[in-house]
Order: sequence, then structure tokens, then C-alpha cells
Amino acid sequence: MRDLKVALRALRRDWSGGELGVLALALVVSVASVASVGFFTDRIQTVMDRQAAELLAADLVVLSSEPVGSAIRARAEQAGLDTGDSWTFRSVVLAGDQTQLTEVKAVSGGYPLRGQLRTAPELFAAERIEPTGPPAGEVWVESGLLQTLGIEVGAGLQVGAQAFPITRVLTYEPDRGGEVFNIAPRVLMNLSDVPATELVQPGSRVRYRLMVAGESDAVQAFRASVDGVLSQSEQLQGLDDARPELRVALDRARQFLGLAAMVSVVVAGVAIALAARRFARRHWDAVAIMRCFGATQDRVMRLYLLEMLLLGLMAGLVGVVIGYVAQSVLAGVLGNLVQGSLPSPSMRPALPALVVGLLTLLGFGLPPILRLRTVSPARVLRKDVGGWRDGSVWLYLLAVGLVSALMVWQAQDLKLAGIVLGGAAATLVLLTAVAWLMVRLMRRLRGRVGIAWRFGLANIARRQGSSVVQVVALGLGIMVLLALGLVRSDLLASWQNSVPEDAPNHFLINIQPEEVEPLRVFLAERGAPSEGLYPMIRGRLTTLDGVPVDPDSYDNPRAERLAQREWNLSWAAEPQSDNKVVDGSWWDASAPAEPQISLETGIAEALGIGLGDRMQFMIAGSPIEVPVTSLRTVNWDTFRPNFFAVLPPGSLDDFPATWITSFYLPKSETATLVDLVRNFPAVTVIDVDAVMAKVREIIDRVVTAVEYVFVFTLVAGLVVLYAAVQATRDERLFEGAVLRTLGGRRKVVVRSLLAEFATLGALAGLLAAFGASLLGYGLGEHLFGFGYRFDPLLWLLGTALGAGGVGLAGWLVTRTVLDSPPALVLRREG
Amino acid sequence: MTQFQPMPIVQAEQLGKRVKSPDGDLIILDSVELSVAQGESVAIVGASGSGKSTLLGLLAGLDRPSEGRVQLCGVDLGSLDEDGLAGLRAERVGFVFQSFQLLPSLTALENVMLPLEMAERTDVAATASEVLGRVGLSKRARHYPNQLSGGEQQRVAIARAFATGPEVLFADEPTGNLDRRTGQTVIELLFSLNQERGTTLILVTHDVGLAELCSRRLELEDGRLSLESVDA
Repeated sequence: MRDLKVALRALRRDWSGGELGVLALALVVSVASVASVGFFTDRIQTVMDRQAAELLAADLVVLSSEPVGSAIRARAEQAGLDTGDSWTFRSVVLAGDQTQLTEVKAVSGGYPLRGQLRTAPELFAAERIEPTGPPAGEVWVESGLLQTLGIEVGAGLQVGAQAFPITRVLTYEPDRGGEVFNIAPRVLMNLSDVPATELVQPGSRVRYRLMVAGESDAVQAFRASVDGVLSQSEQLQGLDDARPELRVALDRARQFLGLAAMVSVVVAGVAIALAARRFARRHWDAVAIMRCFGATQDRVMRLYLLEMLLLGLMAGLVGVVIGYVAQSVLAGVLGNLVQGSLPSPSMRPALPALVVGLLTLLGFGLPPILRLRTVSPARVLRKDVGGWRDGSVWLYLLAVGLVSALMVWQAQDLKLAGIVLGGAAATLVLLTAVAWLMVRLMRRLRGRVGIAWRFGLANIARRQGSSVVQVVALGLGIMVLLALGLVRSDLLASWQNSVPEDAPNHFLINIQPEEVEPLRVFLAERGAPSEGLYPMIRGRLTTLDGVPVDPDSYDNPRAERLAQREWNLSWAAEPQSDNKVVDGSWWDASAPAEPQISLETGIAEALGIGLGDRMQFMIAGSPIEVPVTSLRTVNWDTFRPNFFAVLPPGSLDDFPATWITSFYLPKSETATLVDLVRNFPAVTVIDVDAVMAKVREIIDRVVTAVEYVFVFTLVAGLVVLYAAVQATRDERLFEGAVLRTLGGRRKVVVRSLLAEFATLGALAGLLAAFGASLLGYGLGEHLFGFGYRFDPLLWLLGTALGAGGVGLAGWLVTRTVLDSPPALVLRREG
Repeated sequence: MTQFQPMPIVQAEQLGKRVKSPDGDLIILDSVELSVAQGESVAIVGASGSGKSTLLGLLAGLDRPSEGRVQLCGVDLGSLDEDGLAGLRAERVGFVFQSFQLLPSLTALENVMLPLEMAERTDVAATASEVLGRVGLSKRARHYPNQLSGGEQQRVAIARAFATGPEVLFADEPTGNLDRRTGQTVIELLFSLNQERGTTLILVTHDVGLAELCSRRLELEDGRLSLESVDA
């Protein structure tokens, strides 16, 4: 208690003496970055938890790509459960002459069995709870659709072959609860109206859901009774396994943003290390005197540790508050990608953020402070004893260990944390090496420049270690911003350039066999010839060489998905022009061929399938087994319909097929689209441009959010700069005084400071551009597979950003040097 | 008839300096009157805390007086702003300090170049080299201060002080941080250069031997000039 008081007093004194500002600042930045991410992901977590029960709008759902069998329905009724149906499918709707891709959901009377449906009489009006979905003959739509089409409640909406009045605005739909990316707005209609729209035909892509709800025993009994009788296309979804893709997405986001925040923590840690070292050095004398007057080593330690703990708590609390404010920006950027409004954040993430702050302080700040213990009381007699040379690197093993532990905690995944740590360490070593080389180079340059520059460069070269640390810390901050900003747009541009100008921009799916010819004629007449019409049959892969396919047995997530979902099988006499057979041989086009299959190389590789392997598919309840006889590469960039799996003509004649095609339509010719939808109501039009725009928007938002998190890194980099400047403040004051004594005018001193910081910044910017280019190159060449174009703007902007930003920041924090009275040189002891 | 007197190069009138302290103003210098003629060498002596260094700082325009005024090279220092003072120092004043005050990031040669560059002279490197040669350190030109001994550092400082050919040279305890023998060498160098270049020398010291070498000695006691002795 007595120590606490003393520590508090010391804290107050050190604070007003300006000793702790940088330490506190670095802590605030690191806690704020962790807290902002924590608060944000917590809000999304809360939405998901709260909606978990509602997420299904039922207690259990049978999900299927075909209408749910009557046997299952009968079992539900036997078990005394309430049931309801919903069918969802994509369709382009018409309002006057405007078209829009929507996600139509048709629901039966019982919907929703759980949760609430809410609507409003017009845009932005007060909501009310609806006990059931829309009555027959009406549709309810999401506000987004009204806004895009520029219509209001009361207007007519053509859905397939039938027009419906829009009677209400759909504001909340329980089982939509958390779709991560909302590409097409919702149209909700009554299930009994579906036949009139003619949209659902054999082979159409529809998600059928049979929802059940009731006593939990009854639900369990039902679950047990149907588990064995479900067909290949049917799947049970309970509360626990609802939206697995969403959970995965959230976990990924949390991991990624969490790790991004850790970068700030590490950079802030460097600032803490610098500041703590200065703090300890400045307390040598105080400790010597305390020891001289009888304080034990333990007491000295206790006092300083208490002081640090108090500082850590206070700065941590400020960081939490800032993080709380900052997360609202993050929620603003990303929030409306998630359906439903976000609840206010809980206070849960505050504690981990505080702990991270304290651990950072411990890991990076403690080593020099612990060594205060060893200060000798003899220092009161002679200044040159009892201190220590700059600490050994070993002390910072604690910091490395803590950072590693924090990374593992953030990633919740040892392997991922290992990869990130390894990558980070390699990057750091590389960046440090480059920074060191650049700093060495500066030393050679200085003979050739004027006094202000020479002095600035000389300072960089003399404080080599500190300069390298600053360049790397700042470079890291600038690098992530450059990488996310410029490299992203460069990659998108490179990718867009790789797509031909007149590539098909519309896909038509769900074309019925009898519509194939009329559609071909229709498109040819409108001057938008199709790229060919292809049949498509959906089937599920059931066995490979007689062994049942188990999605869970694949490590590769892509393979897992492929094994799980339905395949689109097609038939053709000849390979498409953008396909190339690389292994095996294609069947003879002139003669009827045995059933066999040609696979795309990528999918074959993912699933580990080779020539001669036998694949069994279940199509509409019947099995078909075929050998793999050829492997093809496919150029997906052509935007033509293409298939992973193609069979010879005649192999699939017994199964219902729909057709698919794509064509190019200039943006201005929307009339053609309207005519198309009117003439072929059951055909689904997918506007690739619109989908791409949406995807782009999503990417932009995600990147913006990530960038935002990395702004903390840049701020942390600036704190490192500030800490480094602080550490050299006394020297700088003295140097300023010497310069002025020798007749240096203000502008000379200003210029030398600017020269030093602008050079440091330019080096950091160059380093950042180097790192970002390397990253862009790696991503472009190796991940996305198209050439990355080196962007001179990146280097220019990086250097300018660094030189300008750091020059200004450095000058701001050192400008007191300008006011250092020349008489200082007379007072300073050597 | 007044006797012809050379124009004083440094002149202080009613010079005083006070600083604030918890017990009210603390008087460091009080009504100092002083006039130094061109070419003179003057030693200011006195006990620690007598205000020697403060007086030196005021005379050289490194600090501002609380009252009174200083004329340096015919210019009233009170009429100049900080940059004006810096300009005056760059052109006409040199300094040697007890703790050398070399800039650690610059080599010996670069340290000597510094005042020449401040004064925007031409041929900076050649001039600096020559002066460095004069103090016998040509071979050490590329060394950094921390690679030089104390005596060498002070010789660099002397080269730096004389590089611009100043009219007045202020020296603050120039031998204070050196052992006797090294100090002796430095003093000899200082005085020989002083005579060679006709510089006015004002130095602060409590080294009696050093003070004896000056043509005039002023003793400060509690902020006042108490005694003045002149060589015959």
C-alpha cells in the first residue's frame, strides 16, 4: 500500500517530466488496434449468436436441390411437428423497362416457424411483425430492389411469366440472418404463385427447404428417423450446423484482422522498447540515490514494476476507449455487408485488449527496467559506474516469446500462427537487411552534399542501429498501405486487362430443351449471337473407383467443396475451342461413343483423379458410372460456359437437362434484355458486369477495412519514430546549440532536421515500395497466375509519402531544437 | 586631450543577469562594465559559480542579459534577433569550449568545415584542411571525435574556432578537461594562432598559468568584477 502510493507519486512525477509520454502512446496504439478489431468481431459474433435459433427459421431443415420427398414430409407429420416449405432461386425481374437479378424466395403458409418476419408499408417507414409470408398474388421486396429500380410500394413486378403488385417492404427475414455477401436483393412470394411464374422447370436451379419445428424430443426423434433415408441431394441442417460457411468466414475474418492488429502491436512494442530503455537510463541516478539511502534491490524493483503496471492500466484503458470508437468506423465500412443491424458491442473484448497491452509492455518494456535493479549505489560518486551498455539481445527473447504466444492466440491455429510468424520473421530480416544497406549507402553519399544534408545524413549514419529500426518500422506501416492500396488496384487492373473487351457479359441458365432453338434465333436476330448453347445436367459425385466419396477426407478445402456440391455435367461431340486435351484422348465425334468422361485438369488434381479412374454420379436418383478417358485444360477467362466434366453425346439422354449459354450485349442495349425476359420468362439472366461490380465492391470494402486496421501500424511506426527522436532529444538539443553557436541560422538547423527525417522517410518509403512490389509480384505471378506489372507510381508514391510524411512528423517533434538557446553549450558537461 | 584609444571590440555596460528561483530573483551578474580592445587577450577568472561562463555567454551573444547592453564588433547585440546574432557569430566570432563540443556525427574535417559553411564561404574543404594541418591533425581528418584523444579533440576545436578567421575568440576553460601536459600544448597552439592572426581573445579559466599568459585579467566575485590586473 505504501509502495503503491510511492509508485503513484513517481508516476505523476515522471509523467509531468515527459518521461512516459511515448511509452503511454505506444501502449495506447497497440491496445486500440487490438480492441477495435475485438469489438467489431464481437458485434458480428453477437448477431450470429442471437440469430442462431432464428437462422433456420425452424428447428431443423431438410435442404435439397430437388423437391423434398413425401416420405420425409410424412414422417414429420407423424412426429407431430409443424412444417413449412421455402424454395429459393435466382431470377431476373422486370419493373417497366428495368431488369434486376433477384433472389426469389417462395414460402408456404407456415413460414417462418421460428423467428420473426418484419415488413414496412413503404421505404424507411416503421416496421411491423408479420406472422406469415405474403398472401397469394402479392410480393414483398427488400428496400434495395426498390431503390435500384427506382420504384415504390404499389408498383408491379414481373416475376417470370406473372406480374405481381409489391405490397410491402421486406425489412427482416430470420433465415437470411447472416449471409456474408448479399449479391441479389430478395423477392418474397407465396409458394402457391410459383407455377404461374413458370420459373421452376425440371432441372432448374432451386434450393428446396422443408422446415420443421416442435418439441425438442419430437425434433430429435424426427432427426433420427430420417437420417438414414435422406437421398444424396438431401441434407439435414440443425441449429449447430447452421451456416457453416458463415462461421468459417467469421473465423477467417477474426483471424486475419486479429493478426493484422498484431502487426501494430509488434511495431508499437519496438517503440515501447526504445522508450523503456530511455526511461531506465534516465533513472540510473535516481536508483543510485535510492539505493544509497537504503532501498533494497527488491523495493526498487517493486516500485518500478508498480509504476509500469499503473501506467499500463491507464494507457490500456485509454486504448480500449479509442478502440471502441474506432470499431464503429470498421462497422460502418463492413457492417452492411452483413444482413441485419449490428448490436452495440459488448465489453468482453476490453479485457483481452488490456491484457495484450500489459503483455506488450512486459515483453518489450521490462528488460531495461528489470536491469535498474543492478544499478550500483557507487554511481552517486562516479557517473561512469553502475550503468550498463546497451542491453543484450537475449533480454528481448521474452518479447519474441510473448509475440509468438499472442499470435497463436489471435490466430487460434498453431500452423497458421507459425506460417505468419515465419513469414513475418523472414520479411523482417529481409527488410532489415535492405534498410541496413540503404543506411550504409547514405554514409557514402554525404560527402557530396551541402551542410544541411551532410549533417542530416551524418546523423542517420551515426545512429545506424536506431535508423534501421525506424526505417523498418515506418516502412512496414507504409508497405501494408501501399500493398493494399496500389497493389490491389494493379492486380485488379492486370486481371481486367486479361479479359477481352467483348467477352460475354451475360449468362443465361435454366434454358429448357424446347427453348434452345427459339432462343438461338432470338439472340441471332438481336445481333447478340451466343457463344454456343450447352446442355447441363446436375449430379452428385458418389464413388471413386467404387469407394464412396467422403468430403471430410479431403484436406484441401476446394476438394472438400467439390466432393460436397453438385456437379454440372455436360455432353459434347467436340472439345470447346478454348479447351485443350493434355492427357488421354477425346472420343471420336463421328461415331457413338461409350459413356466416359473428360475432366478439367484442375479439378482432377484437387480430387486426385487420374486417367482410367471410374467416377460414379447420382443424377436424379439414378447412378451412372463412367471412366475418365481424357484430361483437359480450360481457359476460364473467356467467360464462355465451360464444364469440369464432359461426356459424349447420348450418355445422359435419360436425364432432364437444362441449357446454358453466354453472349455479349453492349450496356446500352437493355431493351434486348427486357424482351428476352418477357419472351423466355423461365430463363435466368445473370449480368456478369453487375455481379463483377458487386464482387469488386465487396473486395473494396474488405480491403478498406483491412487498410483501416493497418493504419494503426502506420501510427505505431510514427510512434517508433517519435520514440527514437525522444531517445536522441538531448543530443539533438546539444547539436542544435552547437550549430547555432557556430553561427548557424535557423534555416540551416531546420534544413538539417528536415534532411534527416525526409531521408529516413524516403528510405522507409523505398523499402515499402520494394516490399509491396515483391508482394504484388508474388501474388500476381504465383497465386493468380497473371503477370504483375511493376508500377513506377508505387515507388514514386512510396518515397514521396515517406519523405513528406516522416519529414513533417520528424520536424514537428524536434522543432524545439530550434529554440535551444546557444548558451546550452556552455552548461553541458562533456 | 584624450589619449587615442583603439575602438573597443567588446564593450559591456551595466551588464546584469538574473534568474528566477523559489526564493526570488537570483543575481548571477551585477552591473558589469567591461571594454576589450582589438587584439587584446583577456582572462576572466574567479571561483566556481562566480558567473564567469555566464559573462562569456552574454559577451558572445549566446544568451540575453537581464539588463545593460553589449556591443560586439561595433554592433549592439540587443538590436539583433537570434538569426542576426547567429550571422554575426558566423562571420566574426570563434569559440573554444571546455568539453570541446565537437559534433559526434561529423569527422574532424567536417567539424572544422562547419563554421565556414555557416558563414557561406567558398573553398570550404580546402580552408578546413589547411587549418587542420596547422594544428597538426592532417592525418586525423577522417576520424570521428570518439576516435580522437581529448587533446586531439581540443585541437580540432581550436582549428574550428580559427577556421573563419574570426575577429574575436571566446574560450571557456579550454584546458579544463585536459591533463597538464596536453593542456600546455593546447595553450601554446591557442596563443600562437592568436598572435599569428591578430585575434582578440577572451577566455574564462581558473588555471592561473593560463590567465598569466593574457595581457589583462579580470576577477569576478559574486557576479561583480572585483579586480583587474594588467601586464605592464
